[in-house]
Amino acid sequence: MMLDGTEDEDKFLAAGIAGLQQNSFYMHRALDSNNLRDALKYSAQMLSELRTSKLSPHKYYELYMRAFDQLRKLEMFFEEETRRGCSIIDLYELVQHAGNILPRLYLLCTVGSVYIKSKEAPAKDVLKDLVEMCRGIQHPVRGLFLRSYLSQVSRDKLPDIGSEYEGDADTVADAVEFVIQNFTEMNKLWVRMQHQGPAREKEKREKERSELRDLVGKNLHVLSQIEGVDLDMYKDVVLPRVLEQVVNCKDELAQFYLMDCIIQVFPDEYHLQTLDVLLGAYPQLQASELACFFPFVDIKTILSQLMERLSNYAASSAEVLPEFLQVEAFSKLSNAIGKSYFLIRMLLKRKVYFFTSFSCVFPMIQCLMLLSLCSWIVVIEAQPDMPTVGVVTLYSSLLTFTLHVHPDRLDYADQVLGACVKKLSGKGKIEDNRATKQIVALLSAPLEKYNDIMIALKLSNYPRIMEYLDIPTTKVMATVIIQSIMKNGTRISTSEKVEALFELLKGLIKDSDGIPNNELDEDDFKEEQNSVSRLIQMLYNDDPEEMFKIIDTVRKHILAGGPKRLPFTVPPLVFSSLKLVRQLQGQEENPFGDDASTTPKKIFQLLNQTIETLSGVLAPELALQLYLQCAEAANDCDLEPVAYEFFTQAYILYEEEISDSRAQITAIHLIIGTLQRMHVFGVENRDTLTHKATGYSAKLLKKPDQCRAVYACSHLFWVDDHDNMKDGERVLLCLKRALRIANAAQQMANAARGSTGSVMLFIEILNKYLYFFEKGNLQITVAAIQGLIELIMNEMQSDSTTPDPAADAFLASTMRYIEFQKQKGGTVGEKYEAIKVSHAG
Amino acid sequence: MVLVLALGDLHIPHRAPDLPAKFKSMLVPGKIQHIICTGNLCIKEIHDYLKTLCPDLHITRGEYDEETKYPETKTLTIGQFKLGLCHGHQVIPWGDLDSLAMLQRQLDVDILVTGHTHQFTAYKHEGGVVINPGSATGAYSSITYDVNPSFVLMDIDGLRVVVYVYELIDGEVKVDKIDFKKTTTSHSAH
Repeated sequence: MMLDGTEDEDKFLAAGIAGLQQNSFYMHRALDSNNLRDALKYSAQMLSELRTSKLSPHKYYELYMRAFDQLRKLEMFFEEETRRGCSIIDLYELVQHAGNILPRLYLLCTVGSVYIKSKEAPAKDVLKDLVEMCRGIQHPVRGLFLRSYLSQVSRDKLPDIGSEYEGDADTVADAVEFVIQNFTEMNKLWVRMQHQGPAREKEKREKERSELRDLVGKNLHVLSQIEGVDLDMYKDVVLPRVLEQVVNCKDELAQFYLMDCIIQVFPDEYHLQTLDVLLGAYPQLQASELACFFPFVDIKTILSQLMERLSNYAASSAEVLPEFLQVEAFSKLSNAIGKSYFLIRMLLKRKVYFFTSFSCVFPMIQCLMLLSLCSWIVVIEAQPDMPTVGVVTLYSSLLTFTLHVHPDRLDYADQVLGACVKKLSGKGKIEDNRATKQIVALLSAPLEKYNDIMIALKLSNYPRIMEYLDIPTTKVMATVIIQSIMKNGTRISTSEKVEALFELLKGLIKDSDGIPNNELDEDDFKEEQNSVSRLIQMLYNDDPEEMFKIIDTVRKHILAGGPKRLPFTVPPLVFSSLKLVRQLQGQEENPFGDDASTTPKKIFQLLNQTIETLSGVLAPELALQLYLQCAEAANDCDLEPVAYEFFTQAYILYEEEISDSRAQITAIHLIIGTLQRMHVFGVENRDTLTHKATGYSAKLLKKPDQCRAVYACSHLFWVDDHDNMKDGERVLLCLKRALRIANAAQQMANAARGSTGSVMLFIEILNKYLYFFEKGNLQITVAAIQGLIELIMNEMQSDSTTPDPAADAFLASTMRYIEFQKQKGGTVGEKYEAIKVSHAG
Repeated sequence: MVLVLALGDLHIPHRAPDLPAKFKSMLVPGKIQHIICTGNLCIKEIHDYLKTLCPDLHITRGEYDEETKYPETKTLTIGQFKLGLCHGHQVIPWGDLDSLAMLQRQLDVDILVTGHTHQFTAYKHEGGVVINPGSATGAYSSITYDVNPSFVLMDIDGLRVVVYVYELIDGEVKVDKIDFKKTTTSHSAH
């Protein structure tokens, strides 16, 4: 059917074009021979083709354009006629003899255009006559095109200011009057279009209507082009008249399009000055019964667009800002949003009233509309927070607007957020995806504007809005906030601000309401928590007292984060604290001198408790590392008992919690490495700790690891620059013990695999011998070194030894080193001279 | 000519929020042929970031690295040079040149790169070089006070290597240069 319809239409169009071309051919011939009567006759016949009602607006337009071209030529002919002495008044009369009304009116408009040009009568009279006469056509499509033609031919002949047609009798007011009248009539035709034809083709008709909308909107464009329409005239005449038409036409499509058109074609400063009137119209659009529900989304769009334009206008130049302030644009917009939603709510309550009045007014389309109305109500009933997305979108636009116009008025921004909170209250967590997205946009706006989270923290309603977000969105928002802080390098420098910030970020800081977040992907969780960890670095103040408060606040919050978060959040807190310790350590004496002030001791107490939480959550290695860091910091502060306590904690963890052999090796290295650097311990404490460390080393799982750890322990008894910590004998004991373990390792390897894997260990120990020999440890003798070298050489040449290129290279480089030291001369050279190196390797 | 970026001890996110912005803007993809990282990144995000700078990435394990698969030591050959890499917490006393030299002999390398102390150092030692690129984020260290963020860029060309040290001091990037030439005869056993 549809296919046939289009095919038919094409046929009709072709026939129309053929008729039009034929008659225009005769018309031209008549024009060429100056035969006015024939020209009129054929032009009328040509225009008769436009009388068709078989074409869709789209095809009709095609036909119209062809006729339009011909009419231009006819108009030129009329002009020549008048120049040749033909009276324009006679012509004006003459064309009215055409038989059919549509061709007659087209011809009349054409001659009318020449009439105005001739200035034989006031423009306003001719225009008024034409616009009135056009009422003769009430068919929507034909009428719209006719009036569009009128608008087209008259637009350069309006009695505008500065135009040649302006005179004593003709004023801008007449021009405006004419355009508005034409606009009004066109709009009526356009609106009426929807009621023509069968109800089942409504959708198609709506589509056709929207194709024609620009014909109507063109009038508004013409109005905006009239020079004489200044702000006063716009305010007093144009806008009220146009709005009157928009409101009264009670048509959703028209209202949406025309409001949009008004916003687009007239200058921003006009909107600004007439905000009252413009916004006043919106509730009326909704109040019109048909439109109350349907333009809901569109009203939102229109308002958002208006705000956007005004924001851009405000942003375009600083000079216009005072204008905004003068007209109190902000409070007006805010009110309008409030009002429109109040209205919707009110209307919702009275929906029964709607059903009745509705069916009275439009019995024809009652069924159709009722159906969709019902579905609307059902949807709204089922989801009481259905308009949330609209509400939030609007407030988001309003906030952007406010931030642009009043960057210094945070209270305005807060007010907008407050209004939004009010609308959201009682709705519970928002689950609508689009709405939460809009809330994220709303909350991101201040961050983007100021690039400073501190501003957002000043907005009291900011956290209140976050209350309405569901857990995933809270996290998204928290991430946005953290990213903003990171990007801008914002330092959060007081404990109050930290408190406020953590309130915003609580979605990441702890499980909400005791519900653990198990469904979250582990990688996502890691990323999230790492971002929190990074954030903790940004909480910082140079003043130790304030910094201590910050640390205490952070600590309070992160300890509530549960076992999964602690491994992420405790380390940065520990290092922030250690930085503070170091800062205090630089100050010779405590400047405060009383117990209440911050001291390293106090911080260490806090640290001890904080790290302790980690050992309970299966992060013993991390806890051990942090204890050792603290121990060293305590060492630097000369706090022996504190340092000892930290070491004890580390040892307990090592003994009780760390069972993985690789983890043990790392832990042992860190224990020995740290202990080697400690100088705060007295002999007794030191002995206890070194004894334990050596013991741990000798108990590692694999012999080679034992061996290496034990020879590393030798450094615990020989510390450069500390003569009281040089015990050559115990160094030697360690190295001998390492040798015994290397031997044992070799025997085990022999037994198990029939090969030696331990030459490497022997060479390592040889290097340690050389190290202490060089340092002046008298217990390390040339003979011992010589013996060790021989042992290694024998091992390497033994038949049972599988070649080991790494060991070969190590031995070679060690021998080269000995040579190198010999050649150095001086005391070192002399020492080394005694060592004999055979070059068998 | 080959450019090798050496860095380590970033300690992100435990001790620093991120690399300094000035470093980030200097380190652009496509300029560097190899990255050697001594460890303590500490998280995957940083690993991925380094990977974007240059896919040829060599990392050894620091005690805080969440990735436990990094090796304790690593050697690689670039041009005429043999490089050794190790975080350094295993070498006691920490940062002690003579002990590091022993590791250098053990790995039999021309250039040994280690970290852990957060203190930039570069020594010519027994015909080789021992380098510590410091901490790229200037992270807190129990060993070194007042750490400045630093990293090292090595320009290896034939038998010559130029070591550039980039250090961020009071917001300004300072560059130092150390020249090192390898004598072919220094190693007999290869």
